[in-house]
Amino acid sequence: MSKQKYKWIGTRPDRPDGADKVTGRARFGADFNMPGQLIGKVLRSPHAHALIKSIDISAAEKLPGVKAVVTSKDFPEQPNLIVPTGEMQVNLRDITRNVMAREKALYESHPVAAVAATTDAIANAALALIKVEYEVLPHVIDVAEAMKDGAPLLHDHLITEGVKPVPTKPSNIAKRIDNVKGDTDAGFKLAEIVVERDYTTQPVHQGYIEPHACLASMAEDGQVQIWSTTQGHFQVRGFCSRLLNIETSQIRVTPTEIGGGFGGKTVVYLEPVAVMLSKKSGKPVKMVMSRDEVFRASGPAPGGTVHVKIGAKKDGTIVAAECTIALQAGAFPGSPVGPACWTSFACYDIPNIKVIGYDVVSNRPKVAAYRAPGAPISAWGVESTIDILAQELRMDPIDLRLKNAAAKGTKTSYGPVFDTIGFVETLEAAKKSEHYKSKPKPGMARGVAAGFWFNVGADSSAAAHVAEDGTVTIISGNPDIGGSRASLALMAAEELGVDYDKVRPVIADTSSIGFNFVTGGSRVTFATGLAVVNSVRDLIRECKVRAAKTWGVDPDGVIWENGCAKPAGSNVGEFEPLSLAQLAATAGKTGGPINGHNQLNAQGAGPGFGVHIVDLKVDRDTGIVEIGRYTALQDVGTAIHPSYVEGQMQGGAVQGIGWALNEEYIYSAKGKLDNAGFLDYRMPVASDLPMIETIIVEVANPHHPYGVRGVGEVPIVPPLATVGNAIARATGVRMTDLPMSPPRVSAALDAAAPRMAAE
Amino acid sequence: MTDISYSSPKTIDEAVSAMVAAKGAGRILAGGTDLLVQLRAGFVKPGSIIVDIKKIAEMTSIEDKGGGSFRVGAAVTGMQLHDHATFGKAWPGVLEAVNLIGSKQIQGRASAGGNLCNASPAADSVPALVAAGAMVTVQGPKGRREVAVEKIPAGPGRMTLEPGEIVVGFTLPARPAGSSDAYLRLIPRTEMDIAVVGLGVSLTMKDGTCTAARVGLGAVAPTVLLVEAAAKALVGSKLDAAALEAAAAACRAVCKPIDDKRGTIVYRTKIAGVLLKRATAIAAARAAKN
Amino acid sequence: MAKLHVTTTINGEPTEFLCEPTQAVLDVLRDQLGLTGTKEGCGSGDCGACTIILDGSMVCSCLVLAAEAEGKKIDTIEGMAKGDQLHALQQKFIEFAALQCGICTPGFLVASRALLERNNNPTETEVRYWLAGNLCRCTGYDKIVRAVMEVAADMRGATR
Repeated sequence: MSKQKYKWIGTRPDRPDGADKVTGRARFGADFNMPGQLIGKVLRSPHAHALIKSIDISAAEKLPGVKAVVTSKDFPEQPNLIVPTGEMQVNLRDITRNVMAREKALYESHPVAAVAATTDAIANAALALIKVEYEVLPHVIDVAEAMKDGAPLLHDHLITEGVKPVPTKPSNIAKRIDNVKGDTDAGFKLAEIVVERDYTTQPVHQGYIEPHACLASMAEDGQVQIWSTTQGHFQVRGFCSRLLNIETSQIRVTPTEIGGGFGGKTVVYLEPVAVMLSKKSGKPVKMVMSRDEVFRASGPAPGGTVHVKIGAKKDGTIVAAECTIALQAGAFPGSPVGPACWTSFACYDIPNIKVIGYDVVSNRPKVAAYRAPGAPISAWGVESTIDILAQELRMDPIDLRLKNAAAKGTKTSYGPVFDTIGFVETLEAAKKSEHYKSKPKPGMARGVAAGFWFNVGADSSAAAHVAEDGTVTIISGNPDIGGSRASLALMAAEELGVDYDKVRPVIADTSSIGFNFVTGGSRVTFATGLAVVNSVRDLIRECKVRAAKTWGVDPDGVIWENGCAKPAGSNVGEFEPLSLAQLAATAGKTGGPINGHNQLNAQGAGPGFGVHIVDLKVDRDTGIVEIGRYTALQDVGTAIHPSYVEGQMQGGAVQGIGWALNEEYIYSAKGKLDNAGFLDYRMPVASDLPMIETIIVEVANPHHPYGVRGVGEVPIVPPLATVGNAIARATGVRMTDLPMSPPRVSAALDAAAPRMAAE
Repeated sequence: MTDISYSSPKTIDEAVSAMVAAKGAGRILAGGTDLLVQLRAGFVKPGSIIVDIKKIAEMTSIEDKGGGSFRVGAAVTGMQLHDHATFGKAWPGVLEAVNLIGSKQIQGRASAGGNLCNASPAADSVPALVAAGAMVTVQGPKGRREVAVEKIPAGPGRMTLEPGEIVVGFTLPARPAGSSDAYLRLIPRTEMDIAVVGLGVSLTMKDGTCTAARVGLGAVAPTVLLVEAAAKALVGSKLDAAALEAAAAACRAVCKPIDDKRGTIVYRTKIAGVLLKRATAIAAARAAKN
Repeated sequence: MAKLHVTTTINGEPTEFLCEPTQAVLDVLRDQLGLTGTKEGCGSGDCGACTIILDGSMVCSCLVLAAEAEGKKIDTIEGMAKGDQLHALQQKFIEFAALQCGICTPGFLVASRALLERNNNPTETEVRYWLAGNLCRCTGYDKIVRAVMEVAADMRGATR
């Protein structure tokens, strides 16, 4: 691997926050407290869809111990304006209503009021005293139902965008998007085989173990401090600034350690409410969601429908491909239907592609990003269909993909042309893998699927400071959700030529470092890494200036090697190397403190590709699926810290296995969530799984000094179809609806039994 | 919530008095793995009195009475039962049923007594105790009595106990050589789920023929069922395919399940039959070693 | 009912506190005693993030009443390291990258230690079933299980 090329990159040192995290010293969102703090609690709609006729908070306000009560009256109206947040887009007019309902409650547990009181118990008692008058309306949850004429309408103003002629009546379809490459009608005429299927998925939650939590304190002069468990503290600052009409610099947000996010913590729920409660009460306000609230009221990933049609020649060359995707956005527009469409055929070089996407609102919490948002859903449909094609053509599923694999120069259906990518290399590694070369164990069958994610760049700011003793602090502004701190330190150490232990990475609050886009989009190691590398290069530039001054030579005559400034050659002069410690010691005389910094909007993020292989067995009597062996392969560009790259691959694969087998939101007839806890929202447990083998492929991204590609999101894209394809090969029955839980698999097997007995 | 009080009596008589004085507002605390979930979810009424029975020796002790007979206190934890030197050898089915309740953390606290008294139709320990022919010792203001375990649950969350009565322990009967038991449940994952179907079988084999059997079936009706017709189909047979199918059919016939977030009527009914066959095979294999 | 006075031992230290009858040990640890290493992930015994040892038994502290701590010994994550020496499991978790976000880590460490103190030669299956009550969403459990098995091997003095 990279070990041969680099001294630090590719090694596996201890992470800088390790000691704190294994001793309980590390402080997460709910671990912060301030003297005199109040406890904030939210009153939530019991109805999936209702007009809010009135809210009477008078009794609650009078309860001893209650110091503030807020409703939408306390939040300024917001314009109809879209702002980016993580990998999704949100409308401020919608977000203020998601944080605190105005005219309508649009999902069960939609916040309608909030209180701050001296104790938990009093806050809960106060909630019970708030009188809300609702007019219950018919609700709709399922995406296909929501799209029908006559479905209950969530928003009177919602006219479908992207459709011509512009509709005259509102509907629940917020948007239609179309991506076209070539001519699929002509393409299908050339096909010698066509496979067409419908697929569905259910909504799933990111499943972070730490509930949302924050602590907000507004002082009498209007300055605000917030501690929040978030993937983007600048995002939190920005939202609080806009939603509450507070100048941005007046707000200082400190990110706590974060107990999992996966995209779900790139938005705000509690923070603006906590700030308003703090403003009204004059005290700090701490708010922590219960697990029940997390499930009922925080944005999960959408469920949806995917229709796929693929046409190919008998030799496996795909000549045309279409898919139509409809995703639930939840209560407000903004599902990841865009990325679902763009990623759908991105793995393949197909001359004719047509993709249609629908963004559909329904009475559920507004969806939030979940690891490669949208992509797992379209991949479920496309990769299952490719597998059917492989079966019908009697082709090895990896060979079929190799035959059509995207490569440098492939033009995608959504516009860009790929630069250097590693899909072919990953497929070849899969084919050569010990797992793939071995026969499945008796009773087991094998499935293979692929996946893609663009990975993003976006804004990052970083700084590098030299201390008086020559040790270095690297300052950046991205919460560490997967080990990125260690990777940033590794890149800085590599660039500086000093030991990893001499570099301390710190995640600064919003007042202490320049703007940073969220931790998400698999961007931190790439974009923030780039900013860190650049700020270290800036530091080195300054160090050379200081050395030059010390030696009385031109800075061009100084080089940097192994952590020291050295003369470029003997013609410059015979000078002993100057280390960081030595330069720091004389810094006051050579120009002052020695710092470097950099800020950028990172371009050239490298797309990632993954291929997963599973061997599993299906108990025909019970429908229970047992995973026997699982291997995840992925092109990661360069594995900066291989242990954490492996961790991303393993974690994403297991989330995908859960999504495939047992995770789903179950609703009652009244639109209330039936399984709002870890007991019945069934995420994989340790005994459900074998070891997850990983094979790292490295095809360097030419646009990053260390070849980095984002790695975090790709691993959740292949598993759904990987598992579904194996089940199809194990049982002869093709599952098209997720999750493939035991009752569903059992029912599908029983339904197919007469047909299969006849075959 | 500040109106809820806590007490920890030292004798059963004290515990009974506390429950009587509470006039229906008393809640027994054994392992707390159901009670505290309800408490934290706001389902325990103000004015309730929590009566912690774990300071009472009879509630927390296990007695091996020989010949396979055991007395197990109502608050004995799953972990205690697991670690007991001889219980698991005599009653592997009852032990595995109790040990399936929740995680290992839950096992450090949960008890068969609590599992029974929570009266969930899907309780894991109850089908195995029913199959075992366990008798429950109940003590109340009118004194002690022994009740067959299958007579305790009255419906989801309800018991047939009189006001003030509490479950003190279980007695498992002595059995002849050639006896054993087994419990199987079906859950979607490998752990951490409530049973979609749970089935316990206890049987005695002699020279390859089944001479005695009891079948307890859970999660397919408002209470755990004693399936006498299934036992009848097994007794006198060599546990051949026809006998097993007849017993499985008997289990399917008594199912009165619901469609819910854990399973469908169709699925539960089918699985009842599947588990009968599999659990019987396991019990028979164990019995052959006794 | 007035608050209850409880005398207990936490990580070897005699400790007293006042609590409501309905408070759980988890609430008192985190909100009164400053021991925030034990986490609340669900409050209903389904995730294991609140795992502690109570009189030698591994339990979910969200499901033990604070009142029940009277006269008992409680061990939390804060007591696992000795001075500045990390426990072998803590060290191995760091070395093996058996944590990503770290929220579940205290629970896993307390649970793993309880396992290895009972059985220093567990199979992979035994480790997985013992830890089934600890949810992790980041790691997929692979590196956690490897770390526990490796510490077990070290404890047995196995040579590699």
